Amino acid sequence: MTSSHGAVGQAHSKAHSAKETSIPVGTKVVIDEAGLSALFSRLIKIGYQPIGPKVRDGAVVYEEISSPSDLPVGFSDEQEGGKYRLVPGTKGSFFEYLVGPTSWKKFLFPPRHKMWSADRDGKGFTVENPTDDAPAYAFIGVRSCELNAMKIQDKVFGFGREDKCGAGIFSDPGYVARRSKALIIGVNCSRAGKTCFCSSMGGDPHMKEGQGYDLTLTEFAPSNGKHEFMMEVGSERGALILDLLPHREARSADVSMADSQARKARGEMGRKMVPDVKDVLPRNLRHQRWDEVAERCLSCANCTMVCPTCFCSTVNDTTDLKGDHAERWRSWDSCFSIDFSYIHGGAIRRETKSRYRQWMTHKLSNWHEQYGTSGCVGCGRCITWCPVGIDITEEAKAIKNTGE
Amino acid sequence: MRHAIKKKEASCACYSGGADPMHPRPFRVLEIWKELSDTFSMSLTPEDGGPVIFAPGQFNMLYVFGIGEVPISVSGDPTNRSVLIHTTRAVGNVSKALDSLKAGAIVGVRGPYGSEWPLAVAEGTDLVFVAGGIGLAPLRPAIYQAMAERHKYGNIAVLYGARTPEDILFSKELLRWKARFDIDVQVTVDRATGNWQGRVGLVTKLIQSGGFDPMNATAYTCGPEVMMRHVVDSLHERGVPLDHIYLSMERNMKCAVGFCGHCQWGASFICRDGPVFRYDKIVDTLNVREL
Amino acid sequence: MTVTKKKAPSKSTGKANGSIKRRAKPKIAVWKFASCDGCQLSLLGCEDDLLDVVGEIEIAYFLEATTTVVKGPYDISFVEGSITTDHDVHRIRKIRQQSKKLITIGACATSGGIQALRNFADVDDYIRAVYARPDFITTLRTSTPIQEHVPVDYELRGCPINKAELLEVINATLNNRVPNIAHTSQCVECKKKGTVCLMVAKGIPCLGPVTHTGCGNLCPSTDRGCFGCFGPSEAPNGASLGRQLEKLGMTKREVRDFFRSYNANAGAFRKTSEAYD
Repeated sequence: MTSSHGAVGQAHSKAHSAKETSIPVGTKVVIDEAGLSALFSRLIKIGYQPIGPKVRDGAVVYEEISSPSDLPVGFSDEQEGGKYRLVPGTKGSFFEYLVGPTSWKKFLFPPRHKMWSADRDGKGFTVENPTDDAPAYAFIGVRSCELNAMKIQDKVFGFGREDKCGAGIFSDPGYVARRSKALIIGVNCSRAGKTCFCSSMGGDPHMKEGQGYDLTLTEFAPSNGKHEFMMEVGSERGALILDLLPHREARSADVSMADSQARKARGEMGRKMVPDVKDVLPRNLRHQRWDEVAERCLSCANCTMVCPTCFCSTVNDTTDLKGDHAERWRSWDSCFSIDFSYIHGGAIRRETKSRYRQWMTHKLSNWHEQYGTSGCVGCGRCITWCPVGIDITEEAKAIKNTGE
Repeated sequence: MRHAIKKKEASCACYSGGADPMHPRPFRVLEIWKELSDTFSMSLTPEDGGPVIFAPGQFNMLYVFGIGEVPISVSGDPTNRSVLIHTTRAVGNVSKALDSLKAGAIVGVRGPYGSEWPLAVAEGTDLVFVAGGIGLAPLRPAIYQAMAERHKYGNIAVLYGARTPEDILFSKELLRWKARFDIDVQVTVDRATGNWQGRVGLVTKLIQSGGFDPMNATAYTCGPEVMMRHVVDSLHERGVPLDHIYLSMERNMKCAVGFCGHCQWGASFICRDGPVFRYDKIVDTLNVREL
Repeated sequence: MTVTKKKAPSKSTGKANGSIKRRAKPKIAVWKFASCDGCQLSLLGCEDDLLDVVGEIEIAYFLEATTTVVKGPYDISFVEGSITTDHDVHRIRKIRQQSKKLITIGACATSGGIQALRNFADVDDYIRAVYARPDFITTLRTSTPIQEHVPVDYELRGCPINKAELLEVINATLNNRVPNIAHTSQCVECKKKGTVCLMVAKGIPCLGPVTHTGCGNLCPSTDRGCFGCFGPSEAPNGASLGRQLEKLGMTKREVRDFFRSYNANAGAFRKTSEAYD
């Protein structure tokens, strides 16, 4: 599915005046810094809440932003297993950084979320929906791997899918509502980091036509006082927004500059996933490597928290003190917790090796059977943000090389 | 924001009526009765007067106001469209709270969820139901259905094992079934107490002598995982093909609609792909520790 | 969506719609053992919420708050502090006998507290160093958690405990729920809140990956590494974290001392620090 999804168009036309545009999907234009500023103003004016990259506490995180000056101007980063450092980048650049600890899932699938509340009513009770006051988000700076991750969570939560309750296929109304409203403004990666491996997960540092963005930007690093961005139109509502921005047509030089940037990034991938990992893991559920990784694994769940596709949650029923008002909350959970597999009297996955195996085999293998895709997009967050730097690509390789 | 329950299409049996699969539907408790020292049954009827539809083997999420929600298999008769019966042990906070409810109380119900005991595939064959302990409860709807359409099947064997005579679930009903000529009911206990005159030993022993033609039988088993493994071995030893054996699995469950991830078992979501599985399809998964 | 019951209650439901049967107020006692009183203060610090709590319970014994003492038995006893004397051992048994539910609060009660540092040394040396008349002092050689002496129904971690968690335990107990308190690592809380990992982004040593969640991210969100006030998480791997702390530049002695503080005596922390002795 793409963001030209029916529901999306509808949500968007509310925010927009019912204008028409002559700019076709696929158009490539070039904007400058002023154009980017105009983009922010335009988005805010038509009712979007821009969310994008921002430097906070030594990292690039995704938060509410309101103008290009909020972006990580002049910042880059260095990433390795268990290590992330912000470093000075090209002076004046906006998007030289690579993905940080946050992912867009925190907006579409919030860490904590009220599902309903209920009040006692005689012997019964009345259930009420919370008002979903989530704004229409404009995600600015979505990377190609991140858009792929979003599309994977779309499958989990049923965005763009019909419910089939007889077959146990449901959609999550909250996710679908937030996702339908969200505008996606992608940014192509000008480089790849040491923990990046999107290329070996079927992705690419640059967006492909039809990938599902509304607009996408390729930054041409500032030099000689010139700072430009090539912008590609991915949907009609993207076109409507572009229509009002100062821009010029993209020339072949712009396109080839973007292409050479993509080639460079592809060549820089710091990690690589073994290609047949999907089939390797299920054959090796008793491999000794699981014991070895458990020696290092902290069971801290960081990998699942930073993963842009991990979707596990728990459901908590709460009450007020008097017990007359009840609520149901959903919050992020992790297969690394022991409680996660608890059934009357004990947990199923008591050992760290079982929990690590669950995470890795689910992500790289079982996901295919469940959703027709890998659960990994190669963003490298689980490697960078593992406090002890456990490397999923290294684990996969070790099992392949020494396993069945 | 309140909105009325959306009318469901006739083909959809979900109780969760509204747009949100996490919303419980109110059911009124008709009666709660004790089955064993720690086990009780309850009958429920929907407050909105709608029908109760489920297939044998499916489960519901039962919510006690303010306390929480638990998955429990349906144990009643699938042909009864007005009353839902659940049987469970009062072991956790929620099941204890369910046990302490009085007639007239309202509980929230979501469901029915999950796969069913497939009886249609077994037409013309002998049926073997092998249950251990509380595992008889999820099998009972299938036994009811088989008896309601008795002519469709060959021999029917119900083989049941409990820890002690005091732990025999649905004991009166087992006796009633036993009194019928068209169903072979055998009960064994691990440990005899009081004046127990019946069999002592594992339920797998009953499989060795049960009256069914292994080459032309379909088996359904439910009980502790260890027991089911031995049951499968015994059935297979007698010659029941592995693809004629079905079992019901249990894992932690929070949402029952495929979102929370807790019930994953290999590539399966127990809430959606299970709880009932055909043995040959899960044999690899079943034999891995802590999966 | 409204899923209210529309029909009038049937005969068996008895009383009129909307009548809510009030439960009896449970008798609560709060006990102190070797501790700093900080956890009891957390209860008093609940302020407005405390008024609501008091409306639902009867405070039968809580010397920090009131001199009124109501005799046992008690429905719920909250116990602060660790066991450090023979008298404590005797007293906690009596309290247990008089309490339907016993809930321990804080690092002292759940692991032995900072005073459990004596468990790693010779207590007589300590006494001689601290007291002018050591012969006046009688004490056990160790400081131990309550659950080493009597069965405990629920343990609430923290030095001090988090008041929101305390209210949740009280609330859940009054309503017969299981408290909604996770036993995962501090990292889960950091990530849910959006706190950037100090260890990865800045190389600051942090016990978060092996520490029980619940404090509300106090240290990491103010640029300090977690120092383990809430004790070990449900599945801590101290050995692996210890190796990483060394990589970040800590000496072996520093790693040992890092694990040996407010929850020095807690299983996994003790084991890790002892490996660095």
